[in-house]
Amino acid sequence: MALLEVRNLTKEFRRGSLFRREPPLRALDDVSFSIDGGEIFGLVGESGSGKTTAARCILRLIEPTSGEVRFDGENVLAAGRAEMRALRRRMQIVFQDPWSSLNPRMRIGEIVEEPLSIHGIGTRAARRERVDELLALVGLDPGWRHRYPDELSGGQRQRVGIARAIALGPSFLIADEPVSALDLSVQAQVLNLLLDLRERLGLTCLFIAHDLRLVRQVCNRVAVLYRGRLVELARTDDLFTAPRHPYTQALIGAMPSTDPDVRAVRAVFNPEEMNPGATLVEVAPGHWAAT
Amino acid sequence: MTPLLGIERLAVGFPVRGRMIPVVDDVSLSIGERETLCLVGESGSGKSLTALAVMRLVPVPGRILRGTIRLRGRDLLTLSESEMCAVRGAEIGMVFQEPSAALNPVMTIGDQVAEPLVLHGRAGRREAFAEAVRLLEAVGIRDAAARARDYPHQLSGGQRQRAVIAAALACRPALVIADEPTTALDARVQAEVLDLLRELQTQYGLALLLVTHDPGVVARMADRVAVMYAGRIVEQGPVRRILGSPAHPYTRGLLASMPGAGRSRLFAIEGSVPDPAAMPPGCAFEPRCGERLDVCRDAVPDLVPVDGGQFARCVHAAARNR
Repeated sequence: MALLEVRNLTKEFRRGSLFRREPPLRALDDVSFSIDGGEIFGLVGESGSGKTTAARCILRLIEPTSGEVRFDGENVLAAGRAEMRALRRRMQIVFQDPWSSLNPRMRIGEIVEEPLSIHGIGTRAARRERVDELLALVGLDPGWRHRYPDELSGGQRQRVGIARAIALGPSFLIADEPVSALDLSVQAQVLNLLLDLRERLGLTCLFIAHDLRLVRQVCNRVAVLYRGRLVELARTDDLFTAPRHPYTQALIGAMPSTDPDVRAVRAVFNPEEMNPGATLVEVAPGHWAAT
Repeated sequence: MTPLLGIERLAVGFPVRGRMIPVVDDVSLSIGERETLCLVGESGSGKSLTALAVMRLVPVPGRILRGTIRLRGRDLLTLSESEMCAVRGAEIGMVFQEPSAALNPVMTIGDQVAEPLVLHGRAGRREAFAEAVRLLEAVGIRDAAARARDYPHQLSGGQRQRAVIAAALACRPALVIADEPTTALDARVQAEVLDLLRELQTQYGLALLLVTHDPGVVARMADRVAVMYAGRIVEQGPVRRILGSPAHPYTRGLLASMPGAGRSRLFAIEGSVPDPAAMPPGCAFEPRCGERLDVCRDAVPDLVPVDGGQFARCVHAAARNR
């Protein structure tokens, strides 16, 4: 059953200035998908495709222009302050950049404890204990709670970001490019941590990435976003073995291989060939494409 | 035969807590005419610093401690600063990761591509601008004459990097050093820019020193590969050998941690890169290595020949040799 349902989500940003009005930028255009409980759902696209805007709208970090978001049956966009507070305990996010997403003036322990204190959970002592537990859970030495973010490596910081995100015991986690700022060997460690936690804590994930190799590695289903519109949605294997949309084909064709004998075999995508009005149609069971 | 570029026993130091620590050590490399050498490593491996050392652009307070860097036999480390200025941008072209940081925001694209020609006295302003337009065409910028009058912010990231490449080629260098030239770009644009570099390489007879962290870029571009870890080259050889039968446990781990095969969990090298001020006494990779032996802690292993032009800095490779 769907844990998260996104219906016709649209977000426009105003452009121009006080003196010059320009048409608004439609960062998200009528996007619909749903994520089943326990699933890792991938959202891929290039910079400017609207991936992060989608994440922010779902969590209401920004207000969408129109559309509907339902979490566990509850209408997120209609939720009042108190309801939203309760929802935030269940929906969390890990950000891309471990350098800018942690407050440099706060100690690691305080960063992880903050969501617990904001939501008034437990006594101080109980919260401290929970922080130690969380740090251990993400593979950090609880003794590091007194350190500041700048004493940590990128991978360690991202672990702190993950500890903070799971502090309130969410059932749904958005991971917005969680490893793209990390080195390859550290990327694998953090990705494995996310997979372990998902299993142990029973999380459902929206995994946002521009690197198709990562998406192929971890996701059950994948949706492809191009200039704010979904152009394809399918089970991971189907998407990679039989992509239907020319844009998806070009993305997959540009995936770097580690075989020096398969150089420069790829599809070139010409946006003019795209049918701009096309909507998602089921081309095979569970495989949707806007062609 | 003298290679185009020959680096011998290069060491670059940075002061850490009052001591000069070699963060690049004992690096020897050579690049032949028209050859592509990929220098691979993760952050802190010393790959970028090695590239900067070739241009004598190691940022202060770092400095080159020892070694020689010969371009067609001439040791660049003995040149005066003004002689070195005549090498940079003329004999060696440079392309960096962030095209927006490499370009001057208040100068037109055409003027910036023309600038090296003017600076190195190869052409007058008008002539140089005309050549800049030809170069912009050569790097695949459509409507080059019009784009040459644009400012950097009017171009996309991919077009900006093409413009930087055009500027690097302006003086027809024999060697281009490119440090993560496609890392800031989307995958499709990345593939296009890499293809462009290869085409230009053939067309202009360039040698390429390509610094990257991505084995995918290596597979697409390299003739030969040098893998760096904690300031040293740990493995070196022809691309098919390095990607097909890596001899160093670090190279093997790095390749195994590439995502994309779809087995859910990835192979991960545990632990992290050692602190340059507290390097292990023996092999720098020993604390993270799944194949470590007691002898690995005794001394830094030598870079020993393995097979087919491949070298590895590992006691296992040395043992197989005997």
